[in-house]
Amino acid sequence: MRSYKDSVHFYGRIWVATAIFLMIMAPVAICVYYDAWPELKYVLTGLLGVAPIFWTTAIIEVLTYAPMLGTGGTYLGFITGNLSSLKVPCALNAMQAAKVEASSEEGEVISTIAVATSAIVTTVIIALGVLLLGYLQPLLESETLAPAFDNILPALFGALAVVYVSKNWKIAITPLVFMIVLFLAVPSLASAVGVLVPVGALIAIGASRILYKKGLV
Amino acid sequence: MPTFDVNSGFLYGVTTVIILFVIAQSVFFLVRATRRAKQLGITGATIRSTILSSAIFTVAPAIAILMGVITLSKMLGLPWPWLRLSILGALTYELPAATTTAAAMGVSTSTTITDPHAFTAIAWVMTLGIIPGIFLILFGLKKLEGGLHNITGKDQKWGKLFMDSMFLGMISAFLGLIFADVREGLPGYIPLVVALISALLMCLCGLIIKVFKAKWLEQYALPLCMLGAMAASIPVTALMK
Repeated sequence: MRSYKDSVHFYGRIWVATAIFLMIMAPVAICVYYDAWPELKYVLTGLLGVAPIFWTTAIIEVLTYAPMLGTGGTYLGFITGNLSSLKVPCALNAMQAAKVEASSEEGEVISTIAVATSAIVTTVIIALGVLLLGYLQPLLESETLAPAFDNILPALFGALAVVYVSKNWKIAITPLVFMIVLFLAVPSLASAVGVLVPVGALIAIGASRILYKKGLV
Repeated sequence: MPTFDVNSGFLYGVTTVIILFVIAQSVFFLVRATRRAKQLGITGATIRSTILSSAIFTVAPAIAILMGVITLSKMLGLPWPWLRLSILGALTYELPAATTTAAAMGVSTSTTITDPHAFTAIAWVMTLGIIPGIFLILFGLKKLEGGLHNITGKDQKWGKLFMDSMFLGMISAFLGLIFADVREGLPGYIPLVVALISALLMCLCGLIIKVFKAKWLEQYALPLCMLGAMAASIPVTALMK
């Protein structure tokens, strides 16, 4: 009999393969329906502008976030997207509150429940927003509310830091100081924060290993 | 030949198929994980509060994604940005992909696209540019997990520290990002002040949980602190800008 983890891999691959097929079929369907295939040179030029950065980021995101999300959370989270600002913190919060370890099977299922719930709620909110756009657009684009949406990341990571940094401040201090100094010295790196996440992770793992070997954590 | 319109019924139809797929996949994983959680002895109350707190946590970021759909809709209509931001996409990727391709074709990004060839070129770039990550998931996740198991080995304490370090690496990068604008003067400190308010609210929640033994608050502290700090950012911005 297949274990739970093996079955997640089995069904996860089927869902991901179907998602890839549907994602590719969407532009194919539009091209066929309107008989409007684009010129290859424009697609290649557009891809050249974004692919080197985004393909690299995509690979880095898989290597960084997959261990955090667990198997089911990864298969689902990478299809539904918005990982660093939504799915990963959501899964972290759920595992923390349920007092389960990310590397355990309990962590795996809690993370999957959190990511699935988040994906459903996101889809419903966007669908409702699109349907009610006429009513919502003035509110969402109002200058009064703009600062709130500009500050989602500080609002999220400020609270998250208290939970995680206070638990592991000895490990946290090295990557934290490194990142603060780096962003103070080179503010333009703000647009490349996704690439810096694994850098932070490697520094934290290195610091953690040294402290662990010395018996300090 | 049908007349091209960025808000056509056909495009809404294509989008609806993808949206239904995303919901079906999410429900499938939710049901299976919930069943397994019960088999593992996780209580119904924990499962319910996980679902509820995750839902509350998602509201504000989901509205931000909706705003991304609105941003892109001025150029690409509603259905295509809705589709792209519902499956794999993020505004930080979709917007550069769309504008880079439009620039290559000499198409304006400030008006709605009327040429179907321009639209399909942008649609292909937005799709092909984001897809490699999930190919890696499809073919490499099992191997990646095997590799991770080799790193953490059988040492459970090190395995836990390793995972905590991964989380701290991510949190450090985003906390560092908060400092990116401080050299611009007082308004550049707004993200830092908002993060501090959020952190203070979390400390307050921790205190309430401890003093009043309000265990229920553990699940909801993060979404509440996030929403509280977002609300506080409105007067903070008014004061500091």
